[in-house]
Amino acid sequence: MASKKKTIYSGSRILCETLIEQGVTDVFGYPGGQVINIYDELYKVSDRLNHVLCAHEQGASHAADGYARATGKVGVCIATSGPGATNLVTGIATAMLDSVPMVAITGNVPNSLIGKDAFQEVNIVGVTLPITKHNFFVSDVSELADTIREAFRIAKSGRPGPVLVDIPKDVQVATYEYEPQPVVDYYPEEEADEADIQKAIELINKAKKPYIYIGGGAAAYGMTKELMAFAEKIDGYIGCTFMGLSVLPDSYERYLGMQGMHGHYASSMANKDADLIIGIGVRFSDRATGNVSKYAKKAKIIQIDTDLSEIDKNVKVDLGIIGNIPTSFKKIMDGVNEAKHPDWAKMIEAHKAKEEEIKQIDLALPREHMSPRVIFDIINDVKDKSTVIATDVGQHQMWAAQYTRFEAKRRFASSGGLGTMGYGLGAAIGAAIGSGDKTVLITGDGSFGMNLNEMATLAAYNVPVVVILLNNSVLGMVRQWQTLFFGQRYSNTELNIRKTDFVALAKAFGVNGTFAKDEKEFRKAFTKAMKFNGPSFIEVPVDKDELVLPMLPPGGSVDDMIATKEEAYNR
Amino acid sequence: MKSVIAVYVENKYGVLARVCGLFLRRGFNIDSLTVSETEEEGYSRITLTTGDDKATLKQLVRQLEKLHNVKKVQVFNKETTVEHELLLVKIKNTEKNRSEVVAVASIYDAKIVDYTNDAIMIEVTASVSKLNAFIEVIKPMGIVEMCRTGVIALSRGNETLKDHK
Repeated sequence: MASKKKTIYSGSRILCETLIEQGVTDVFGYPGGQVINIYDELYKVSDRLNHVLCAHEQGASHAADGYARATGKVGVCIATSGPGATNLVTGIATAMLDSVPMVAITGNVPNSLIGKDAFQEVNIVGVTLPITKHNFFVSDVSELADTIREAFRIAKSGRPGPVLVDIPKDVQVATYEYEPQPVVDYYPEEEADEADIQKAIELINKAKKPYIYIGGGAAAYGMTKELMAFAEKIDGYIGCTFMGLSVLPDSYERYLGMQGMHGHYASSMANKDADLIIGIGVRFSDRATGNVSKYAKKAKIIQIDTDLSEIDKNVKVDLGIIGNIPTSFKKIMDGVNEAKHPDWAKMIEAHKAKEEEIKQIDLALPREHMSPRVIFDIINDVKDKSTVIATDVGQHQMWAAQYTRFEAKRRFASSGGLGTMGYGLGAAIGAAIGSGDKTVLITGDGSFGMNLNEMATLAAYNVPVVVILLNNSVLGMVRQWQTLFFGQRYSNTELNIRKTDFVALAKAFGVNGTFAKDEKEFRKAFTKAMKFNGPSFIEVPVDKDELVLPMLPPGGSVDDMIATKEEAYNR
Repeated sequence: MKSVIAVYVENKYGVLARVCGLFLRRGFNIDSLTVSETEEEGYSRITLTTGDDKATLKQLVRQLEKLHNVKKVQVFNKETTVEHELLLVKIKNTEKNRSEVVAVASIYDAKIVDYTNDAIMIEVTASVSKLNAFIEVIKPMGIVEMCRTGVIALSRGNETLKDHK
């Protein structure tokens, strides 16, 4: 660290020094006219701050997001003004919807040209107002260092989220004194109300069928051990939202996995049968609850969160507990009685048995290619505990959410709230660089086509990512809806009109590519790719009529669950 | 019945856009909104009126409180609040209505602030309901143009928005 002395630096250098001071080691970005001064300083500090050149600013924003999800640190991306800045927008919105801590830095035209429609000028602060937790326009170099610090503080405090800092060119050039500061602290969170904690304890002590329902708020704190101890103590079962994946080990017998629209049978049913739902860091999203008017009618609901606006937003709860999530949780955990609910355990066992039955029905279906379940069985078998799984958006994403067996926390990077196709490759790069662990991207032919340019980044930095492309030659998720709800009119979802040779494409980018048609070939290719110190690409064919099941139809509840393909076609 | 809300904000770049953008994004309907300086430098006060659906109001307040530049939000209690609005209105100046305009203005405690051969401008400060009643009365006389500030409000006594939890 530099000595505690004031130094006169340019704004660009102050930016770099402040990033370093705040513990940033990697940034993702793309140079351009209005950040050229920042890139000049990045060149000079490259021994202390690693810049990863992406193929597109959108890829850089997803990389910063994947980096944050895999490490828990704040992800950072940099883009130039105008189109560079607008290319970040989808990545920022993705981070916003999933509460991912991110700082996005953009250059802008000099103050003297702001508002004049100068070349590559966009009011990015205005554009990103509704999709950032907060954003800043730095009008004077004297405010720059503190603004960057504040951006980090906001991004990581309470419910995390993206913060954008827009820096006009003249501020990057102007000089000012800089003095290193310690890493900013979190904003203090509210202390949960003692009476509410007592009420929660009473509700839990009275419950006969407690269901612990965890989401991104629990994932942000990686509350694995605490949750397991809690479930043991109250003899409860745990299910999660999409954002709550990779918190509990899939080998844990009280863990039922994801619930909701494409959730596990046992977990959705447990949610329905419970007499008490203890929601931890969940927002009761429409994808997780189904029709809210029919949601969990038999249960009282406790919602533990840090964000007051989430209480009663989507589902009216019986008790909201606001404050730092782990702190509130610990107080409740310490206060509750040990309990045994053998009848509840029996019900859960029955649900698990039914889930196994559904699985066997699915596996027995005739298919031309491998079942997605089998593909994931092989992935689970070969991957390590530390392997990060990134996904794009669509059927493959839901299969990844349903079938991947996670055994460690922060091992899943996927766009939940926004559902951003094209998220995966950038995110996998960020996750692999941030975690230093092998990362597997599960993608589909639709999503992959959106940002496959980042294959160039994989090759350039030899990033240890295994891309598994599940190719069903259709936009599978939209097609599934067309199959079930739109009379099998497959409007614009057939991708076999494209002539892309994905394996050749991977090779063209400088990445080893393989086509694996069956179990034997896939296991061999994946095992080899996992051992290879660098990127690999594997294309696996999947039947185009595979469905993601179970499924709650739109507007439906758990009672309307479609569990098997036969049920789906006979609706 | 409308709810009146005061929002105490840091006077920073884009703060009004942030507040208004929030209403747009979350689909909150706002009937009136005024922004003004406060007794403290660097802070502004936004006063707005909206419907009184409880659930919506709760969400609105909680979402406002999440904005980084928002320091305090208060939903006023009607019983302990003074709410006022200012109206400027120009009425046609004709032989026929001249004396009536002056009479009505006097009854409503309104001031005649400008007088020309073709129009009389009147200023009234009053509660929303009184202003509405006044407008109804003068409508038949021929309103040329009018402008209302939107409600501003302060709670009675020593308590300030800054003390408000």
